Amino acid sequence: MATVRFIGAGTGAGTPKARRSLRIPARLASYLQATPLTLILGCFLALPLLMIVVVSFWDYDFAQMYPGFLLMNYQETLSSWVTWQTYLNTLKYAAMVWAITLFLGFWVAYFLAFHIRTTAMQMVLFLVCTVPFLTSNIIRMISWIPVLGRNGLINSGLISAGIVSEPVEWLLYSDFAVVLAMVHLYTLFMVTPIFNTLMRIDKSLVEAARDAGASSWQVLTNVILPLAKPGMAIGTIFVVTLVMADFSTVQVMSGGQSASVALMMKNQMSLLQYPAAAANAVVLLVLVLLMVAGILRIVDIRKEL
Amino acid sequence: MTKAAEIEIASVSKVYGTTTAVHAISLKIPAGSYCCLLGPSGCGKTSTLRMIAGHESVSSGDILLGNKDVTDLPPAARGTAMMFQSYALFPHLDLVDNVAFSLKMKGVDKETRRAKALDMLKLMQLEPYANRRPAQLSGGQQQRVALARALITDPEALLLDEPLSALDPFLKIRMRAELKKLQTALGITFVHVTHSQEEAMALADLIVVMNDGRIEQAAPPRTVFERPATAFVARFMGDHNVISGRVTASTASDTLLSVPSGGDFWAPASDTPEGDLADIAIRTDRVRMGAAAEAGLGFTGTISNVEYRGSSVKLVATGAGIEEFTAILSDTMFFDRPVKVGEAIELSWNREDVIVLGRSH
Repeated sequence: MATVRFIGAGTGAGTPKARRSLRIPARLASYLQATPLTLILGCFLALPLLMIVVVSFWDYDFAQMYPGFLLMNYQETLSSWVTWQTYLNTLKYAAMVWAITLFLGFWVAYFLAFHIRTTAMQMVLFLVCTVPFLTSNIIRMISWIPVLGRNGLINSGLISAGIVSEPVEWLLYSDFAVVLAMVHLYTLFMVTPIFNTLMRIDKSLVEAARDAGASSWQVLTNVILPLAKPGMAIGTIFVVTLVMADFSTVQVMSGGQSASVALMMKNQMSLLQYPAAAANAVVLLVLVLLMVAGILRIVDIRKEL
Repeated sequence: MTKAAEIEIASVSKVYGTTTAVHAISLKIPAGSYCCLLGPSGCGKTSTLRMIAGHESVSSGDILLGNKDVTDLPPAARGTAMMFQSYALFPHLDLVDNVAFSLKMKGVDKETRRAKALDMLKLMQLEPYANRRPAQLSGGQQQRVALARALITDPEALLLDEPLSALDPFLKIRMRAELKKLQTALGITFVHVTHSQEEAMALADLIVVMNDGRIEQAAPPRTVFERPATAFVARFMGDHNVISGRVTASTASDTLLSVPSGGDFWAPASDTPEGDLADIAIRTDRVRMGAAAEAGLGFTGTISNVEYRGSSVKLVATGAGIEEFTAILSDTMFFDRPVKVGEAIELSWNREDVIVLGRSH
């Protein structure tokens, strides 16, 4: 009689010696697995945040901070007309940059996802989009100065072409320059999540819409845009939080003529008014969290995570 | 109720770059019939369906729908509706809006289109789920939504791309019956792509067997099964033994087929000249155990496998140069004279059960 031996059978029974191994209870194992991330988030996110919140209630003078529980920093921050104006200004930047990056981001992603046929080409073009990120933010921002300046590329070009006789002043050190630089810096944060959602749209949905008589525009408004919403929401969160927290772009590109909340904080810190800056930071954090909560209420992004 | 359209495909080809998916096929699908395009994957059946639907451009040839040339018309202007393999329901819309989608595209106002969509959902017995999203439905329900969405455009022909492939076996059989019932009730032309011969046999009025971008046979199911045109059809439909050999003698009424280093078998007369290759088919359920009435209508082989199937027993034998020869025997016949693997056995059949197959290309 032939013996039929099943794969795997017998190997366990044949070697009764159990291998010595370190046994960790299942319950403990999951905690252990979560430990590294908990440590990192705890040390570098939760703890600093807690410190900021604590410090924001402290008292200070020109040289020292005095531990305590005062609401003075908040009162000063919120009752100041400058604060409100700065917040308004920052929100204005956020709104403008958001609108422009959303528009650009969607169309770039749409082009990549629906008009480039091969995956290889899609990847190549997507990498091309990320190439500028190999240099630092500051360098990319500063490189606008020789382009936009009084004697910069654009102005000298316009003058030698005879279009203007005087250099155009509002190109640099203006809101225009700030928004332009921010759009340049942050558009990719919009492209990536939208591209990701668009790539997940089943192409047969587009065909089904066409089968139902939808024109290209109708396909876009009835199928693609609604399905791209989660990606747009994620991109919006990226861009809005980045713009709300930006101080370098505003400082450099506005030439110190415009202010943002983060810039205000930076100035307070350079005057050693740490508790005031901390209070400001807490207010900004609450505002940004409220904005993110608002976005999440409107769009369900869970499927994308 | 609805006007059905005859579909005519006139030497249609589809070329992708350097590969030809469909080789100049011609086919006439009568109005109001249920047609199944059947074949293995990559045989061009889906390309053909998509060309009829207008989702794939035609490289050459014409497609006519009810005497109207639709070759260059967009999908929605053809009077066809397509049901996609994965149903392609819009995940962000509820059932009513999914079904009403084409009406919305036409600019029908919200009240009217929602009412119409609800009627359609009622017809499909999906009314209780009207406000759900597709993801909240089972496979069978999703399929009914897809049907409702396709039928609301009042099409002359419904094109179904492997509609049952995503369902589990039980549901498959139930939805199959529903499809057939629906087609009978609506009276419109259905073109259904499938790779399951069982599905095609159960549903179709006309089976179009495709292979390698060509039509092997287009005929009613019974003809396809009883008179398969080619060896490919016989093998693909299953339940046939195909014997390949060379014609060594032919008379007015008979042909003698010799299997290389194997037996000789009689077949009805064919126009294959002596010395050429030919295929014959013998249905597995027409084979019996026992000596042949005359030489050339049976052989002695060795049993390589026995499968009990309840009411029947499947024997696989090897011999006379034939690698695998299947016989389906009734259980009583088998258990009167049971045999085991490795035993020699005589298998035979009647002269009229031999079918001469055409050679494909």
